[in-house]
Amino acid sequence: MKTILTSTQLTEAITVLVSKINEAHPTLAEVVFVGIQQGGVVVGNDMIVALQQLHASETVQYGQLDITFYRDDIRNEILTPDTMHLPFAIENKTVVLIDDVLFTGRTIKAALDVLLDYGRPAKVELCVLVDRKEHRQFPIQADYVGLTVQTNKADKVKLVNKEVVLISK
Amino acid sequence: MQLSTRHLLGIKNLTKEDISLILSTAAQFKEVLQRPVKKVPSLRDVTIVNLFYENSTRTRFSFELAEKRLSADTINFASSSSSAAKGETLLDTVNNILSMKVDMVVMRHSASGAPHFLAQHIPAAIINAGDGINEHPTQGLLDAFSIQEKTGALAGRKVAIVGDIMHSRVAQSNIYLLKKMGADVTVCGPPTLIPKYIGEALGVNVNYNLKETLEWCDVANVLRIQLERQNQVLFSSLREYSLAYGINRNLLDSLHKEIVIMHPGPINRGVELDSDVADSKQSIILQQVENGVAVRMAVLYLLSGKN
Repeated sequence: MKTILTSTQLTEAITVLVSKINEAHPTLAEVVFVGIQQGGVVVGNDMIVALQQLHASETVQYGQLDITFYRDDIRNEILTPDTMHLPFAIENKTVVLIDDVLFTGRTIKAALDVLLDYGRPAKVELCVLVDRKEHRQFPIQADYVGLTVQTNKADKVKLVNKEVVLISK
Repeated sequence: MQLSTRHLLGIKNLTKEDISLILSTAAQFKEVLQRPVKKVPSLRDVTIVNLFYENSTRTRFSFELAEKRLSADTINFASSSSSAAKGETLLDTVNNILSMKVDMVVMRHSASGAPHFLAQHIPAAIINAGDGINEHPTQGLLDAFSIQEKTGALAGRKVAIVGDIMHSRVAQSNIYLLKKMGADVTVCGPPTLIPKYIGEALGVNVNYNLKETLEWCDVANVLRIQLERQNQVLFSSLREYSLAYGINRNLLDSLHKEIVIMHPGPINRGVELDSDVADSKQSIILQQVENGVAVRMAVLYLLSGKN
């Protein structure tokens, strides 16, 4: 097991992500943030605190999304869902999806399917803490990336206790 | 987490963990039902037959909606309009249906144990939608879900089950479930409609006095008088039953607290429940129906795995 991001580096990476988003969206009236369960919600929670400090005059809209019922490998294993909570309309909004690790792209594909059952956003952007770029199985890329890492396909990259670790097979 | 069983034949053989898993999954499906698109693709590769050998409105519609909202393909079978009327056996009928590549069977039958019999002979997952006077597990689960939603918990709740306990599969499933989850249960009704040793056998209190029972409970689940299952006279008239065991507004107002009223439907209005009780703020009868779809989605989803 190897640490890719220590908790200090993780905080720094989140600060960088927040400033990138802030640059792209000076005002957040038409922007909502959605963390993907479970790692994306951990990252999202920290990002929203930082974003809220930068935008004291407006309430940052933030929800949590669960893809369990939309997985493409559902018949192999029936998993228990996490909480899904989108307390706002996404119709015609810019949705910033937040996840911890971008790997094959299948989670994001499922998350897009979930989103479209809630409405028709004007635009969807993707923000990830760690990008394992060379292993994509779908044509999906992130708009905001904290760190790009080179990994083997069999490796696991996980967010554990505010650190990002790589577990090699 | 997975269920400990591949069929839902009754609450009797579920663990406490199974019940908690079904109820927490149902809460997520309830959220799905509030979305603009009230549907998920989870079971789009699954075909389900609804095999109803006995009449049903609520349960059949509820299962069918649950299946459709999970994107499953469904076929419906009603015994009156099928080859069963020509004398085909249950096992033959089901094997014929399964040879058309059906993955799950939802089944209601007037014979207690019919789904258990089927589970020993066919490979598909079976969900009991009511078998004779044995069990109606999804009703027990949706009642529990509704109690939990309304009062915040099951453990420690005092639940009264009122009416025809003898002929009621709803009562039996409710009792098994509530006892497993740590609730206190009292059954109440005329002595002729309460099995003699139910107290010892199932660990419930028995009280023949309705007012005392209602004064004790937090929730009263009022059952339908099942005229179709009575082949002997167990009380003299519906009017007399209603006078002793019917719940009306005056009776509720005379209690020292506000209790929650439930009923699995269909209601015999003016017999076990008066309209001004059934339609009152205290009643969660229509919420039970709404929750039924979410609970059945959870059961179908959790039983749809490969093994």
